[in-house]
Amino acid sequence: MPPPAGVSGSIPATRALPLPLKRGRPRVADRLFGSGVTVAGTLVLLVIGAMIIFLVLEGFPAMQHYGFFSFVTASRWAPSEAFPNVSHPNPYGILQFIYGTMLTSIIGMLIAVPLAVGAALVITDVAPQRVKGPLSALVDLLAAVPSVVYGFWGIFALIPAIKPVVDFLTTTLGTVPVIGVAFQGPFFGVSYFTAGLVLAIMVLPIIAAVCREVFRSTPRNEKEAALALGATRWEMLRIAVLPRARSGIVGAALLGLGRALGETIAVTMVIGNAVLHINPSIFSQGATMSSVIANEFTEATEPFHLSALFVVGFWLLIVALIVNILARLIVRRGVAL
Amino acid sequence: MTQLALGTPGLRKRQSLRRRQGKSAVMVGLLIAAVVVAIGVLAWVLIYVAIQGASALNLNFITQNPPGNPAAAGGGFYNGIIGSLIIVGIASAIAVPLGIGAAIYLVEYGRGRLSATIRFFNDVLIGIPTIVTGAFIYAIWVTRFGFSGFAGSLALSIVMLPLVTRTTEEMLRLVPNELREGSLALGATRSQTVMRVCLPTALPGIITGVMLAVARAMGETAPLLLTALGNDLFTQYNPSQRMSTLSLQIFDNAVTGFQEGQARAWAGALTLIAIVLIFTFGARFFGRRVRTANA
Repeated sequence: MPPPAGVSGSIPATRALPLPLKRGRPRVADRLFGSGVTVAGTLVLLVIGAMIIFLVLEGFPAMQHYGFFSFVTASRWAPSEAFPNVSHPNPYGILQFIYGTMLTSIIGMLIAVPLAVGAALVITDVAPQRVKGPLSALVDLLAAVPSVVYGFWGIFALIPAIKPVVDFLTTTLGTVPVIGVAFQGPFFGVSYFTAGLVLAIMVLPIIAAVCREVFRSTPRNEKEAALALGATRWEMLRIAVLPRARSGIVGAALLGLGRALGETIAVTMVIGNAVLHINPSIFSQGATMSSVIANEFTEATEPFHLSALFVVGFWLLIVALIVNILARLIVRRGVAL
Repeated sequence: MTQLALGTPGLRKRQSLRRRQGKSAVMVGLLIAAVVVAIGVLAWVLIYVAIQGASALNLNFITQNPPGNPAAAGGGFYNGIIGSLIIVGIASAIAVPLGIGAAIYLVEYGRGRLSATIRFFNDVLIGIPTIVTGAFIYAIWVTRFGFSGFAGSLALSIVMLPLVTRTTEEMLRLVPNELREGSLALGATRSQTVMRVCLPTALPGIITGVMLAVARAMGETAPLLLTALGNDLFTQYNPSQRMSTLSLQIFDNAVTGFQEGQARAWAGALTLIAIVLIFTFGARFFGRRVRTANA
């Protein structure tokens, strides 16, 4: 949080007071104003509450028919096998979507977190003063590119670029016993891995932005003390900046994770939308919780199909809420933001 | 600060200065490489879209509707551009006053647990997947009134609301307390103080926040799939009917598999990026203090 008083930042404070103020407005207007803004404030809580309630309500028919937990214990999504009077086995298994969401997000985070932390360190502590502003604006710009554009670019620019590399990996790593199963081909371009790469690009600016704030809060005199004691640039970063930023980085990563879990359109375009089972190879096609909703929502015609998609939405909301709440708690405690 | 000298393992080991400096150079080099990768990817995306889009972009693109057949060449996304403007316009009309109101509550009125909770969940709402927001609006609105541009606006307003609230809150907190005290001391009421002292002072920052929220809403696709649905046949000006948007048309044409459709989608992507960048840079023009990446 910025300092409450006395600091006006870049805002010109002088042209504020349009005098004279009208005198003696009735108190009623003041009260109304106060309650009006209170209602606006509470709206946020109402929206989140209503989201949970309405997703549960819409998902209820399917949950009632198939049982609450049968969705997360099955990993086959086959709407054409759904019949109104058959409730077992549940044709709307969602475990493979949870797996897809987790896998793509983890791939994205493994790539994005180191890059974002590095980029943020450069922006706060390495780059010359004049370059810092433009650098951070450029990294921020990554967040401005719309999701659908990343997906489109992913199909036509990213996939051809990574194809040779991945083909090489599937023929080398993919043939190693035991771990090979995670890297097996054939690689058709659209895959968990491709989606993970696109997610990495999309969450990088978010993680970098939070990390920047965190690193910036390092007291200047500690950095100077480290340098004065003879530390090299990297040693200064490691002993003065990074240790106190640890929880902030975790919070930033969780914020990025929250965004990655729910990212929809770009992922839908590059993941292949294979819904039938869990594919162990990161180079195979799959689906995520959000991609299946985007893909099938308006074409859901089978019994309980739409309702089952709301069940997916419900679990996605729950996961996103948990990750975001954790992230905010950590970020808030680690650094005032 | 004693921990600096003593508590750090690894520093106790004596290493030659040259080795330490070498290590430092390598690590700093890696850090710089991270920035280069990030900015390189940005350049790759922007340049690729610019090249692909420029060859398909012409005056017809912004004045004509798509041909009914995705395999046919020519035509444009006029109806999508109009749809985006109308839908985001209505969404802003809903989200901006409410967001500013909520921020006023948080800074000027809220005390204690309720305001802390609201502030916290406002941040949480920023991270809620927008596809879930779309499903929520489908459940409360579309099931009763059908797919419509207005339903899309409702979904986007939920996307925008927490963004507007947060930047406005940050900006209001920068308003010096002396201004409030001065205004109250002159006999102004609380609401007068807020409306005529605090808000005008924070205005540049608030405009920044609103423009960033608009930029974000312009690019949203997922929630619109479940609410506005899209309409490629003709230009729909009536938000009570299903509408197309630029983002929806890019998505539809990108995945058709026809080169003609993809060419239109590239032109659309370039147009969309141009719109988003105009708003993003415009936002920077008003307030430099605000982060552009909405974390």
